[in-house]
Amino acid sequence: MTRSFLGWPAFPAAARQEVENRQLRENVRRATHTIRGKRAALAAERPDWEDLRDAAAAIKDRVLADLERYLLQVEERVTAAGGTVHWARDAAEANRIVTDLVRATGESEIVKVKSMLTEEIGLDAALAAAGINARETDLAAAIVQLGDDLPSHVVVPALHRNRTEIRDIFVREMGRHGRPAPEGLTDDPAELAEAARLHLREKFLGAKVAVSGANFMVAETGTMVVVESEGNGRMCLTLADTLISVVGIEKTVPSWQDLEVFLQVLARNATGERMSPYTSTWTGTTDGDGPRTFHLVLVDNGRTRALADPTGRQALRCIRCGACMNICPVYERTGGHAYGSVYPGPIGAILNPLLKGLDDPQTASLPYASTLCGACNEVCPVRIRFTDVLLDLRAQVADGGQHPVERAALNTVGAVMERPMLWKAAVKSAGLVGPLLPERLKPPGVLGGWTDSRTLPDIPRESFRSWWKRNEGGAQ
Amino acid sequence: MTAREEILGRIRAAAVPPAPAAPRRYLRHAPGLAEDDRPAVLALFVERLEEYGARVLRADRPGPAVAEALAAEGARSVVLPDGLPAEWTADWDGESRPDRPPLPNAELDATEAVLTGCTAAVAESGTLILDGGPAQGRRAATLLPDLHVCVVRAEQVHSALPGALARLDPRRPLTFISGPSATADIEMIRVRGVHGPRRLVVVLLD
Ligand code: SF4
Repeated sequence: MTRSFLGWPAFPAAARQEVENRQLRENVRRATHTIRGKRAALAAERPDWEDLRDAAAAIKDRVLADLERYLLQVEERVTAAGGTVHWARDAAEANRIVTDLVRATGESEIVKVKSMLTEEIGLDAALAAAGINARETDLAAAIVQLGDDLPSHVVVPALHRNRTEIRDIFVREMGRHGRPAPEGLTDDPAELAEAARLHLREKFLGAKVAVSGANFMVAETGTMVVVESEGNGRMCLTLADTLISVVGIEKTVPSWQDLEVFLQVLARNATGERMSPYTSTWTGTTDGDGPRTFHLVLVDNGRTRALADPTGRQALRCIRCGACMNICPVYERTGGHAYGSVYPGPIGAILNPLLKGLDDPQTASLPYASTLCGACNEVCPVRIRFTDVLLDLRAQVADGGQHPVERAALNTVGAVMERPMLWKAAVKSAGLVGPLLPERLKPPGVLGGWTDSRTLPDIPRESFRSWWKRNEGGAQ
Repeated sequence: MTAREEILGRIRAAAVPPAPAAPRRYLRHAPGLAEDDRPAVLALFVERLEEYGARVLRADRPGPAVAEALAAEGARSVVLPDGLPAEWTADWDGESRPDRPPLPNAELDATEAVLTGCTAAVAESGTLILDGGPAQGRRAATLLPDLHVCVVRAEQVHSALPGALARLDPRRPLTFISGPSATADIEMIRVRGVHGPRRLVVVLLD
C-alpha cells in the first residue's frame, strides 16, 4: 500500500531524476527560501544566539557521553509516573511492540502525531500489514499519506507539493478514508486547511489509540515533550485512551532546565517563530486528564552504531529543525526524495550512513551528496560539524572498498603525499603536460586513478611550488 | 539477552568519553529589556500576542473584560473549568457549561468558547502556560472549543522562558500556547486555525 524508501537508487541516479522535475524544483526552492529568510531574522533577534547554540551542543554531548545512565533514569521515572517502558533494538522489533500494543486494545483504526522515527521504521506499513489503519493527522503528513507519497523534509514533509497538487490529492483521496473533501474545493490554502480540519476531526473524536514520537524526553523527570503548530498533536495526546510514544534513544535531555535551551532554539531555527503555537508535555499519566494508559517505546535502530563512531556521533545531537536542508544548495536542487530516506539534506547525508552502515550503495553514496560548502555548519543549532563528518565518512567509504577506485586513488595520493620528492615530481609532470590534456583524460603517472571518479580540475601551467619560488617565496 | 540489556551493552561498548558541563551564558530574560522593567515586559507580552493574531484586552477587573471578550467574538456558550472564580463570569449572560462532571468530548466540541486562567506566561514569545490546575481545566476542555479566552494576571508574566520554566511542575500535564493554531504546510503560507482553537483572546489584569 504505502510507498517506501526500500531499494531506493543511489543519490546520483535519484538526484538526476529529481533535478529534471521543474515543478518540484520550483516548490522546493520557494519553500526553503521562505523559511531561510524567517529563520535568519529570528536568529538575529537573539544577541545570545551563539551562546544558546553552545549550550545546546554541549547538553547533547553530555547526553551522549552518559546515555546509559540517562536512559535508565527515563525508564525509572516514566514507570514511577504510571507509564510502561519497552526497548526495541531495531525497526522490526519496534513495529512488533507497537502492533502488539494496538492489538491488545482491540482497535483497528488509530491516529498518529507526525513523527520522523515512525517514518524511519516504516510503522504505518507494518501496522497496515496487521490490519491496523494508522491515520496521519499533521496536515503535511496527511498530504503525504493521502497522496501515497514519501516525506521530503523533516519539518514540512509535503514541501515538494504546491497547492494545486494538494487540492487534487484531497479531492481524489479524502472520501476513501473518511469524510470527503467539500464540494467545489479550491486550491486556496485556508480552504485546504479547513477541509483537513473537517476530515480529521471525526477521527480525533473517535480515536481510542494514538501513536506519537517526542521532540525531547527529560531524564530527570520522565517527561515527554511534543512541539507542534496545528493542534493535531494536542488532539492525539489528549483525546485517546491509550497513548504509545515511539522515541529514539538520542532524544533524551538530562534535566527539566535544559528545555529552556531547546524550546528557545527549536522553533526559531525550524520555522522562524519564537515558539511553535503548541508545546505539550506529559509525565506518565494523569488522573482525569488525557490517556489512561501510556507506553514508551525506546528505539535504537542504528543509533548505538552511530554512537560508536567518534567523528560521526555528533549527528545524534540533531533536534530535527530542518535548517540544514533549508540552506543546502544540493537539497535545494534535488529535493528530499533523492536522499532515499526520511532524513534528507545534510543531516540525511551523514545520519543515514551512520545509522545503517556503508554496506549498501545507496547509503554509501550519501556522503558525496554535498558540495562541502559548509553552510549547514553555520545554521545548525547543535553545532554539528557536517563537513568533518562528511569527509570522515568518505574516507570510510574509501577504506571499506565500496568505492574501489576512490580507495586506490586515495591510497596512491596518500602514499605520494607522504614522500615530498615523489609529490613534487608528480605535480611537476602534471603541470607540464596539463595544458595538453583534454578535461576527461587521465594525468600521467601516479595520480592516474583519481580521474576515474571525478572530473579533472584545470591543471595550472605552472606548479604552485615553482610559482611560489618565483614570487614571495623566492624573494626571501 | 533482552533488548534492554543489548542496547545498554552497545552503549557501553561505544565508550564515549566524558563531556564537560554545558556553558549557560545565554540570557535569562528578554533581549533588550531591563530585567525589572515590568511595564516594558507587559508591553512586549501584548505586542507578541498581537503579532500572532491574538486579541488582548487590558483591564483591572476581570468581569467586564471577560464578558466583552466573549461578546466581541460572538460566543454564546462557554465551558467553565473547576476552580474558576465566580467573579470572572459575573457580567456574562450567555450559557455557562461547568466541566463538572467532565463534559463528553462531543459536548466540548459543540461549545463555542472556553474560559481559563493560566499558571504562567512568557513575554518574549507571547506564550501562555496551562498546567491543569484550578481554573485551567483539563486539556480537552481548552482544545475542542473554537475560542479560548485566557485570563492572565500581570505578575504571572515572565520576561523569558527560563523564569517561567523554573516555576512549573513537570509532573503536571502542561500545555504551552503561543498564538492560535496555525499551519504553514501549504506553500509556507501561514493559515490560522487548523485543529486547535482558531481564536485566542487574552485578558491581562494589570
Ligand atoms: S542537523 Fe542541525 S540543522 Fe540539521 S535538522 Fe538537525 S539540528 Fe537542525
